This record gives sequence, structure tokens and C-alpha cells, in this order.
Amino acid sequence: MRDPGSLALATVLLPAAAFLLLALVVPLRRAGRPAAYLSSLFAAGALACAVRAWSISARGGFSLWTWPWIPMEAGPLTTIGVLADADSTLMLVLVAGVSFLVQVYSLGYLSDEPPASLGRYYTYQSLFAFSMMGLVLAPNFVQLFVCWELVGLCSYLLIGYWYQRPEAARAAVKAFWTTKAGDVGLLIGIVLLYRQAGTFDFLDLLVMVDSGTLPLAGLGVITFCIYLGAVGKSAQFPLHVWLPDAMEGPTPVSALIHAATMVTAGVYLLVRTAWLFDQTPEVLEIVGWVGAFTALLAAVLACAQSDIKRVLAYSTVSQLGFMMAAIGAGFASAGFLHLLTHGVFKALLFLAAGAVIHAVGTNDIFAMGGLGRAMPQTFIVFLIGTLSLAGIPFFGGFFSKEEIFAGVWVGGLSIPFTMLAIAAFLTAFYMFRVVFIAFAGTRGNGHGSGGHAHDGPLTMTVPLWILAALSMAVGIGFAVKHPEAEFVAPGWITPLAIALALGGIALAWLTYQRRAIDADRLSGAFAPIRDAAENRFYLDDAFLLIYRWAFLRFSRIVGWVDRYVVDGVLNVVSAWTLDAGDRLRRIQSGQPQDYVYGVALGVLLLLVWFHWLV
Amino acid sequence: MGLQAYLTLAAALFAIGLFGVVTRRNTIGILLGIELMLNAVNINLVAFARFNADPAGFIFTVFTISITVAEVALGLALVILIFRVRRTAMADHLDILRG
Repeated sequence: MRDPGSLALATVLLPAAAFLLLALVVPLRRAGRPAAYLSSLFAAGALACAVRAWSISARGGFSLWTWPWIPMEAGPLTTIGVLADADSTLMLVLVAGVSFLVQVYSLGYLSDEPPASLGRYYTYQSLFAFSMMGLVLAPNFVQLFVCWELVGLCSYLLIGYWYQRPEAARAAVKAFWTTKAGDVGLLIGIVLLYRQAGTFDFLDLLVMVDSGTLPLAGLGVITFCIYLGAVGKSAQFPLHVWLPDAMEGPTPVSALIHAATMVTAGVYLLVRTAWLFDQTPEVLEIVGWVGAFTALLAAVLACAQSDIKRVLAYSTVSQLGFMMAAIGAGFASAGFLHLLTHGVFKALLFLAAGAVIHAVGTNDIFAMGGLGRAMPQTFIVFLIGTLSLAGIPFFGGFFSKEEIFAGVWVGGLSIPFTMLAIAAFLTAFYMFRVVFIAFAGTRGNGHGSGGHAHDGPLTMTVPLWILAALSMAVGIGFAVKHPEAEFVAPGWITPLAIALALGGIALAWLTYQRRAIDADRLSGAFAPIRDAAENRFYLDDAFLLIYRWAFLRFSRIVGWVDRYVVDGVLNVVSAWTLDAGDRLRRIQSGQPQDYVYGVALGVLLLLVWFHWLV
Repeated sequence: MGLQAYLTLAAALFAIGLFGVVTRRNTIGILLGIELMLNAVNINLVAFARFNADPAGFIFTVFTISITVAEVALGLALVILIFRVRRTAMADHLDILRG
């Protein structure tokens, strides 16, 4: 098979088949581990197909396979199928790869789960892989939206995997509603775009944009609405509040959905439709500002967390802000590059954090300590992920982050650039804060729980090493062979990026390792910010307040209108009907002679009418 | 005698029958009233047939009479059955269909 389209199609259909098998064959699902093996096997097959498809389309292969969908009088409304090009197949490799590694890792991480739950978990995982790949390969907005909602559903199901825990159930509902708020915007945008352009198809739209036949009036509203969908899904300010709560799900789920793939769907959407957003520079500027602000806000929030997963969650929000800022500056390719590298090293970080949590049994970094000696393998891979995230040369995230800096600077967004610079400094700081507190330091800082900790089973360590190797390979690969940038960056960008990262590391080292700087005094210096950050900048409270005071009040008013106005009118009408019926009932006397009277009288009246009145 | 006289007789007979149907309390009486009304119709049919020289009226009358016989037999059977069940044949006692 030389056609990337058929390979991409096989990649999508393999997890779909696994999902259908697990969903329909109940005994297989309830068996637990066999279901896990089957799902992982299919995921491996999908990964192989994805890599093959990418290797073809990276050399310029391009393929579009579609089938008509929703027949109408004037031809089908839209199509479903796969659009395999260099970008989508590269993303496909990321999704399939992380998905496969996470499924293998989950075998070890969730080894204590009852078989039925484990089967359910792998069913969701397969459904997610299918939906995400469908989203990545979507040739038009309709399929993209359908898959967009499907991944949202999977996110909901997997956050609420331990649905017996009230926090998990709450977090699942919160994630669902918050992203749904953005999805409404996306749906409106798609419908408006259809009204403007008359097509959902990416290629048709691209042709229209290139030939200048797409009317530009009102396009800003459309792209902004589409961007709203990305705000919800990719956790941009102010809809980022769901992502930290989503950490209630199992850690492999956080790695796959809430770090590497699903949350980047918004970024991917903007990358995919960059030519459309280029038509509306004013919206792009909003994207850039909001992205940079999100990056800074989340970085500040991450410094105040003591839950290792929440630190990573906020850092994901922050990195998504970086990608959005690059897109806003007009360099979508830089954002896409960071999406890919981030997908690898953030999955690595989450899985390593999962290994720690699995071993220690707590999320609190202050209850850890000295884990570096107890879990040497986990420590090394976590360190690789941290260095990648901080942006140290020869590690995964360095080049893509520097690209973003350069892009934002060249794009002329100088204030967002400053925000990103501070965010990058804080990124290095909060990540090494975790490293120094949890892995270095004295053993058993807290409850002595670190004492029995050890590296996980092979199913957990092997995916970690693979991801770590990939991070390193990406970093070294970019260092050896720079891809040609589409812009000329000023020479001081690289030293600045390295200096920011090293500065953050140095501050964390001085504070938490050497204790040359007292942590309490350091945070005391930023007391107002610290207090606000500990309360998540009151955003969750604000949303709760809006929910209580606006939504609940509004629904109470709507409820009153429904109960007393709508129902009232119906009740009055029905009461009148009953009353009239009761009155009319009395003319039915049951006496045949009365009826004969009636008939005779009627005949008489008809006679009179016909004879004299007509 | 002209057609008018026959029609007058039929109309009078019909009115008497209707009066009987409406006023009699006994179900048998009501049935008798219905018989009178039917026969008034028969007189009409025969009279028109005779004066228009159209035999269709005669044929109709024969049909009507035979159907009337069947109707009376059925009606009486119903009355007897009602009497057995309800112990009365008075029309104003039979009002189970009252709304």
C-alpha cells in the first residue's frame, strides 16, 4: 500500500474495531486483562499504520478519501473520510504512539482494578483513540465537530472513571460543561461559515481563500467563534478551570487526554485552519494575547501547587498558552511543532508522575522526598521530561519553545513576548521545585511513605524509557539539523531562552535544595500573588458565583414561568374543557324518547330553514 | 280521490305514530308507534306508485313490510330480554346510558 489514505483509514478503524469488540462482546470486556491485551494489540497495529502513513506523506504524499454523507436534494451535504497530509499524519503518529504507550503503561498502573472496570477503561481508551484520530484526519468541519464532541465525551468518561469518588464525578461534570461552553461557539462558527462559504470542506475553503472568493465581511466573528471552541478544549483563559480538576482521573488518562492529545485538539484546529485565521488578523491578535496571558497565569498558579499532578496540569495549560501565542503571532507551524514535542515530554512527565503516585500512594510532593534514590529509573526519566519542559538545549522542548519566542517577537507582540518570557522562567522554577522537593532531599519528608517506594513493573518503565528516548532524540535531532524557520529571528533569542530556563532552575535550587533562600520568605515577597494563586485567582469562585447567582436564578425564573405561565395557561384551558364537558354531559339523558324529540325538532328546523330561509 | 288525500292520510298516520313514540312510557307502545310511522311511509310509496304508474314503489313497499316484520320480531325479543333483566319495560326507567 503506497497510499497514505488507506493506511490512515486503517489507523482510524483499528481502534474503532477494538472499541466495538469490547463494547459488544460483554464477556470479553468483563474479563479485564484479555480486553486490555486486545485493545493494546489494536493500538499497536494503529501505531504501525500511522508511522507508515506518515513516512509516505512526509515525502509529499497526499491523499483524500471521502464518502458522501447526509444526502440532500442538491447532492450530499458533507463527507466523511480521511485527509492524510504531512501535518495530519504526523499528529496521527503522536496520537497513536502515546495512546499505545499509555495503554501498555495502564496494564501496570491499573493492575489492582477489578476486571470489569479494567475492561471498561480499555473500551473508553479505544473509543478515545478512534475519536481523536477521526478528529485529526477530518477532511471537513462536520466530521471534526462530531469527533470533537466524541473526545469530549471520552474525556468525561475517563475523568469520571472512579465515579464512586464524588470529586471525580464532580470534576468530570465540570470538564464536560466547561468545554461544552466553548463547543457552542465552535458549532455557531461552523454554521456561520457554512452560510458564508456554502461548504464545510477544508480543501474547498482553502481554494476559496486562495482565490479570494470567500467574502471577508463578518469572517472575524466566524473565526472568533471557532476560536471559542479551541478556548474550551485547549483550556485557555478563562475556560482553563476544568483542566486541573480533570486530574481526578487515572494518571495515564491525564497523560494521554489531558496533556498529549485531546487538550491540544484546539491548537490543532487552529493550525489546521491557519489559512482561514490569517484572513482575520484582529482575531489572531486576540489568540496571541489570550495565549500569552494563559501561559503566564497558569505558570504562576503552578508555583503554588503541592499536588504533583496539578503542577503538571497547570504547566500543560501554560504550554498550551505558548502554542496559542505562536499561532496568534501568525506562526502556526511553530505552535504545531511545540504541540508535538510537548505531547511527547508531557506524556513522559505524567507517566513518570503516575509511577511515583503508584509507588508512594499520594499526590502531595511534600509527603514525598528522596525518591531519587528509591526510584532511580523514574527519577532519570522525570528529569529528562523536566529539562525538556524547562527548555534546556539538547532536550525535547528547547527548540520548539525557542521557535515560539522568536515567532512571537517577529510577529510584533512585544507585551505577550514579555509574559511568555516570565512564564518560561517560572516553568523552569516550578518544575525543578517538584524535582528538588520530591526526588532530591531527605527520604521520607512526610509520612515515611517513600521508604517502600520502588520503580514500577516493566509495563510501566518501558513506555517511560521509550518516551524519554523520544524526547532526547527530538532534542538532539533538532540541535543537529535545524529545520528552516520561516522567519529570521534576532540572535539574542536563544541566549535569552537558555538564560531564563537556567535562572528558574537556579532559583529553585537555591530555594529548595541549598535552602539559601527561605521558601517562606520568597513566597512572602509575593504574598498578594501567592494568596491569590492559592485561591486559583478566584476564577473558580467567580464561576461558582456566576453559576449560583446567575444561572440558578435564571433557571429559577424560567422554572417559575414554566410552572405558572406555560402550565397555567394549559391548566386553565383544560379546566374550561372539563367544565364545558360536564355541562354538555347533562343533555345525554339516556331516555330514547328525548332523543326522538331532538331528532323531530331538528327535522322540523331543517324543513323551516329550507322552505322559508333559503 | 286524488293523491292529496292519500298523502294527508299518511301524514296524519305518521304524526300519530310519532306522538305515540314520544309519549308512550311502555316500550311496547313505542314499538307500536314505530309501526304506525312505517306504515305511513308505505302508504306514501303505494300512492306515488299508483299515481305515477311506476311499479318501483310497490316493490319497495313489499320490501319495507318484510323488513318491518323482522324488526318487530327483533324489537319484541329485545323488550322481553330487557324485562327479564331489569324487571320493567317502562322507557323512563331504562336510562343506563345517561351522561
